Amino acid sequence: MIRHLLSGADPDLATATQILDTAAEMATVAGREVKKLPALRGRTVVNLFYEDSTRTRISFEAAAKRLSADVINFSAKGSSVAKGESLKDTALTLQAMGADAVVVRHPASGAPHRLAHWVDGSVVNAGDGTHEHPTQALLDAYTMRSRLGRLAGLHVAIVGDVLHSRVARSNVLLLSTLGAKVTLVGPPTLIPVDIAAALAPGTLVSYDLDAVLPNVDVVMMLRVQRERMNDSYFPSAREYARRYGLDGPRMRRLPDHAIVMHPGPMNRGMEITPEVADSPRSTIVEQVANGVSVRMAVLYLLLGGNNL
Amino acid sequence: MTPYLIKGVSVVGAAPTDLLIRDGVVADAGAGLTAPDATVLDATGLVALPGLVDLHTHLREPGREDAETVESGSRAAALGGYTAVCAMANTSPVADTAGVVEQVWRLGREAGLVDVQPIGAVTVGLAGERLAELGAMADSAAQVRIFSDDGHCVADPKLMRRALEYVKAFDGIIAQHAEEPRLTEGAQMHEGEVSTRLGLIGWPAVAEEAIIARDVLLAEHVGSRLHVCHVSTAGSVEVLRQAKARGVRVTAEVTPHHLLLTDVKAETYDPVYKVNPPLRTASDIAALRAALVEGVIDVVATDHAPHAVEDKECEWAYARPGMLGLETALSIALDVLGPEWDLIAERMSRVPARIAGLDGHGVDPAPGVPANLTLVDPAARRVVEPAELASRSRNTPYARMTLPGRIVATFLRGEPTVLDGKAVK
Repeated sequence: MIRHLLSGADPDLATATQILDTAAEMATVAGREVKKLPALRGRTVVNLFYEDSTRTRISFEAAAKRLSADVINFSAKGSSVAKGESLKDTALTLQAMGADAVVVRHPASGAPHRLAHWVDGSVVNAGDGTHEHPTQALLDAYTMRSRLGRLAGLHVAIVGDVLHSRVARSNVLLLSTLGAKVTLVGPPTLIPVDIAAALAPGTLVSYDLDAVLPNVDVVMMLRVQRERMNDSYFPSAREYARRYGLDGPRMRRLPDHAIVMHPGPMNRGMEITPEVADSPRSTIVEQVANGVSVRMAVLYLLLGGNNL
Repeated sequence: MTPYLIKGVSVVGAAPTDLLIRDGVVADAGAGLTAPDATVLDATGLVALPGLVDLHTHLREPGREDAETVESGSRAAALGGYTAVCAMANTSPVADTAGVVEQVWRLGREAGLVDVQPIGAVTVGLAGERLAELGAMADSAAQVRIFSDDGHCVADPKLMRRALEYVKAFDGIIAQHAEEPRLTEGAQMHEGEVSTRLGLIGWPAVAEEAIIARDVLLAEHVGSRLHVCHVSTAGSVEVLRQAKARGVRVTAEVTPHHLLLTDVKAETYDPVYKVNPPLRTASDIAALRAALVEGVIDVVATDHAPHAVEDKECEWAYARPGMLGLETALSIALDVLGPEWDLIAERMSRVPARIAGLDGHGVDPAPGVPANLTLVDPAARRVVEPAELASRSRNTPYARMTLPGRIVATFLRGEPTVLDGKAVK
């Protein structure tokens, strides 16, 4: 098993499959009356969050608690971080407290990689800047496999602000390992340069959502920050929604079996309409539930759990 | 002043000879010299170069004496084979007045290890809004001739035009940090495949090339001298080549790190590799090396940029850009160019001395010439150990790399500043 989970590229096919299979076992726990396993009793998991992200933090917290780990939430606000403590000093502090795993969310790309140099425990990247968010990619893959029965050979469109999206980067890397084909769709201003060479050869790029939709099994809509239009990435929210938003008529261009995903939080009316978000094709609520199972699997496997 | 008799030295790659250094000058040169009162240095196998001249050094004093001082930076320079360095203006306070440039100049004289030639800021506080008192700095004891807002681009085209014109009155030169600021907002590294993978905001090559293209046209229009700092892209080389072919009075420098290291180094997220302009690609390196040999790029300049540990031991995005250079520049040049001694002397001593107007520097050792020279052992190889550097900072990108060449001795006006590879003071 890998020691840290920093990138969607870290797990190879066997490891990724093991994580997804383990997550499936974890999911059965959620259906029990007592939603708790003793697997990580006596182990300490620190949630080190330098960015507000209630969704991700509570998902990791629920995952660790269901495995009986001790959970310490360390948020940048109201802690020594606000007084200017460096990441290194924070890392050494966590190290001294005996953290077995550090789950880190940070606005700076690469911060989890730096942290991994300074702590002995496992580091889980819970989103770093505009870089990666590997557990999101794992829960997305888990959701696709649950709904569609397979990953190899699937065609996945990832639509929107790829440039600033850590979800997109991790998904491209992981889906490539798992044998799925990815087409990135968005305005040219929001597709980063040399993306296929940078991440996975074979990754396709399209600027035309309507042309892509009939050929995909999965369409994953990315959140688009309205602030981006103040930086000339696109002229207006309305124009963005018209060209790249997923509404009812567009959704009906999809094959019948295709699913619609969104990592949340959504801008309803911007990249996705309520009709689509609330449709039976939408997996958005499932993704949240699957997030806990996948994060349980990741913590369990990173911390050396062997028997369930 | 002790005379020195240097025996069996190859002057800029020529056949071995002897050099007698007395009273601050090279008193005699030729085989079989004797001087009973002189200290003899056996320089068999060593190469004598005119003392190196750096057009681009950050000494950090005044303001960040925790990162470097004029004295510690001077010592690093001498150990690197330098006899003169041009100190950039982005200190705190900024070197934008006669008072500050004179302070730096005086500190350099007191250290006495290299000639420290201050560079003056182009604009007040490097803010890019109005001209600093360029004439006052030129007329000061520091006799400033190079002006630069380095670290910042003089982005306003009207201000750049005025600066270029104004310094003609005292044969000044504007050294531009070419970076269109609107194209590099938040930029962290070279824009390309690696920045896409790492999720770091890209610094596109065009942001440098667009400013150089504009500035050579401005310099041509007003008939002024322009110097381009730290050229880093293949496209910039082409712009310079065309400008020089038209006769524009433009010179350009490249740093050792832009000749050797690529943006792939950023994959470690270790900010020791964060620098501005950023490390580029292998094809940029190839173009820069060719341009340096050809003379499209005139000078190797270090952009020696010391930073305190806390400014580098952090997240990439929060780290300050810059790397050490003075103590490794000659080794990198040897690594990149090979033992092309005349080319190395040209690019690292003669031409930079001429651009900066530093009389007595950049002249090959010969009878009657001021004894500003350095002795290199080209056969030596050394492993770069950050803790052993004379700089107060440790941010070398070459840590634990094995590099060719070693500076054995350096003389400033006949006085040794380095002997047996160690600083004498």
